[in-house]
Amino acid sequence: MIGMSIVKRKPLPAWVMLVIPVAAVFVTLIITSVPILIAGGNVFKAYGALFQGALGSKFNLLETFVKASPLVLTGLAVAFAFRAKFWNIGAEGQLFAGAIMAAWVGIYFTWLPAFLVIPFMIIFGFLGGGLWATIPAFLKTKLKVDDVVTTLLLNYVILHIMGALLFGPMQMEGSSWPRSASIMDAAFYPMLIARSRFHLGIIISLVAVLVIWFINNKTVFGYQSRGVGINLNAAKFGGINTNMVILKTAIISGGLAGLAGVGEVAAIHHHLMMDVSPGYGYTGIVIAMLGNLHPIGVALAAFFFSVISVGAQTMSRVAGIPIYIVGVIEGVALMTMLIFILLTEYKIRWTKS
Amino acid sequence: MEGRILEKQAVIEMQGVTKRFVDVIANDKVDLSLFPKEVVGLLGENGAGKTTLMNVLFGYYNLDGGEMLINGEKVSFSSPKDAINHGIAMIHQHFTLVQTQTVLENVMIGMEGSFFLDYKKAKEKLSRIEKGFGFHLDPDAVVWTLSIGEQQKLEILKALYRDAKILIMDEPTAVLAPTETIELFETLRNLVKSGHSIIFISHHLQEVMEICDRVVVLRNGKRVAERKVSETTIPELASLMVGRELLERLDRGKLKTGKTILEAKDLKVKNNRGITAVDNLSFVLREGEVLGVAGVSGNGQTELSEMLFGEVKPEEGEIYISRKKVPGGSPSSVIKEGMARIPEDRIKTGLFMDLSVKENMILESHVKEPISKNGLINMKEIRSFADNCINSFSVKTDGMDAPVKSLSGGNLQKVILARELAGDPKLVVACQPTRGLDVGAMEYVHQAMLNQKENGAGVLLISDDLDEIFLLSDRIIVMYEGKIMGEVSAEEADRDKIGLWMSGVIS
Repeated sequence: MIGMSIVKRKPLPAWVMLVIPVAAVFVTLIITSVPILIAGGNVFKAYGALFQGALGSKFNLLETFVKASPLVLTGLAVAFAFRAKFWNIGAEGQLFAGAIMAAWVGIYFTWLPAFLVIPFMIIFGFLGGGLWATIPAFLKTKLKVDDVVTTLLLNYVILHIMGALLFGPMQMEGSSWPRSASIMDAAFYPMLIARSRFHLGIIISLVAVLVIWFINNKTVFGYQSRGVGINLNAAKFGGINTNMVILKTAIISGGLAGLAGVGEVAAIHHHLMMDVSPGYGYTGIVIAMLGNLHPIGVALAAFFFSVISVGAQTMSRVAGIPIYIVGVIEGVALMTMLIFILLTEYKIRWTKS
Repeated sequence: MEGRILEKQAVIEMQGVTKRFVDVIANDKVDLSLFPKEVVGLLGENGAGKTTLMNVLFGYYNLDGGEMLINGEKVSFSSPKDAINHGIAMIHQHFTLVQTQTVLENVMIGMEGSFFLDYKKAKEKLSRIEKGFGFHLDPDAVVWTLSIGEQQKLEILKALYRDAKILIMDEPTAVLAPTETIELFETLRNLVKSGHSIIFISHHLQEVMEICDRVVVLRNGKRVAERKVSETTIPELASLMVGRELLERLDRGKLKTGKTILEAKDLKVKNNRGITAVDNLSFVLREGEVLGVAGVSGNGQTELSEMLFGEVKPEEGEIYISRKKVPGGSPSSVIKEGMARIPEDRIKTGLFMDLSVKENMILESHVKEPISKNGLINMKEIRSFADNCINSFSVKTDGMDAPVKSLSGGNLQKVILARELAGDPKLVVACQPTRGLDVGAMEYVHQAMLNQKENGAGVLLISDDLDEIFLLSDRIIVMYEGKIMGEVSAEEADRDKIGLWMSGVIS
């Protein structure tokens, strides 16, 4: 009989961690060629169309960036929280909080000088998401309530708060739909490349990647936040105010997700509506894991997801494969990555007995 | 021994047993035999391969080479269940009891038989065994109300209930008070008389000499020697075990005590079970002395150290460092007052196992200049600080960027020592600083503490290793059930008296 056991392996060199996401993507594409074959498609043609659709022209490439922008921010939000073992499943809700604040500023702060509207939206959106995330952080540190549960369930709370606002005080006059009035022109994120949707938010998300990298690697807070995540006891023992670290981590994490909400309102929809996010907050969890919680990894993972989701349209048209393959690829990518990460610490040993 | 082989069949015969882990050979062609009514001591330093060998015998690990015979019949165990079916029982250092269940229920676990529990029959069998071997455990007592010694007896009872003929005891005396050890040995002698055989794992030479018939010494995974106890001596066994002569005594240096550096006043705290763990405890530590806190583990030492380290806030009482009162439950205040802290559990509280060596070096100094300034860390300073630490404490590592988890236990402790002793602190509080270390690392830690004392620091040494207490202390206090049973200077201390204090007897 052949048995299988999982045993610890000795630490791998650091470069392995860089190779792993790439390898995981490759393995993913190999695995997902099975459903493509079953759907009657030609694998090479399908993947060709996928990448052509996402990267093949300037316009397509810029669209891929547009799509990646909110994913980078929610991915960073989740990764930053997870690094401190603050299990923030609530990026979706924090995104809503940011979107609500952005819409509020964008619609009603007409007294502001035009050049201050966007900075105000960004600051309010960040604080909206950040403060919304402090609720589970307080519950975790003061009452030891499980953060997975609270962050997840608060998504529904804010969703209904948004619904109440959109059917109530924020509803556009004369509309019977749950949507707000449009934001003022000064609140539109500027488009940075002509005849495209390449907007300010994309730059903001790239800056966020660098800022989070800087915090993680160069600041005392980054050290403390990682320490809290790795060993709470040791962090306390070392004199770190762990509750404060968790609280600050929550604010930054929620704030990043809030910025994603600002971007959707200010650059894409230009008003607030119930489906302001097609689940970017939840996809952010997958992206954070796929990026191994590293800011650069998150940026690349978000870009990969964006490639798939933008390119899938073309693939569907050219190779006749249902667009739902996107979900399959995303799911397989996550599982492959998680297995690969596991295999960096453990190895499988086959035993004969 | 040859005579024995002729007259009796060995109950256990391990031949050329080899067990490999990733890149370590934990057991290298080890032979071990055990005869009926025999107690064999398995002696070796930490990491010599004793526990691995026994885990192979008990079916936790597969063999990578060699073979095992039980009563002359070749066996291959794929799980402990197979070993139990062959009449082998293992008594672990950490008990595997359900604390909230009764003695009887614990004995019955895994032996329930059919769907219905037959308490009456089980109780009859249990009381028959208890009578036979002179145990006096109430079958209806709940486990957590039992003393450690009684819990250990329960573990033995569990084995006997399963009709075990061979008992593997993994450092059974490590948790016991001296009087409890005497009782344990009494029990073991009874078992041997009735036909049981015992493998006794220990690194306490005195005990091995007392209870064993034969000793097998392991070193670096190899069997280096086998001796009849009647034909060997403690010094010989010690040198076989470590491969060199043990330092008989360290030079404790002269005692030049200075002013009071640490004072605990009427400290009181409950443990997490809500029981008073430290009760009105007071002591004074002066510069230039080592104050040893002796006691059987579990008598409030952990809680005392947690209060001193600032991890736990005392319910009553005060702590003064250099005559300045420090707020309870604040590690950062204690660090600021300059206490070097060596925690009991280096992995759980002392280190970030997933971070690098250098990142572990700055746990306490990362908020101070020059390691960081204005919230930004200075990598250059960290590297030179870590480099210094690694060199001055000769930490064996693949460099400061290596993950700390790749280090051995002794080197993990050196990382902590290096970090804590870096600024020549005036106050060192160490809790079980050599637990789980091998003799070499142990000596290193001891020397480091004495160096601190020579430099004029006050050292508080909390340890359940009485040898260590005697080796280092200038003054000894003994804790029992959270209280101080007595205080004595090193010159006047004698082991018998301290042993009695440790078991709660005031003489």
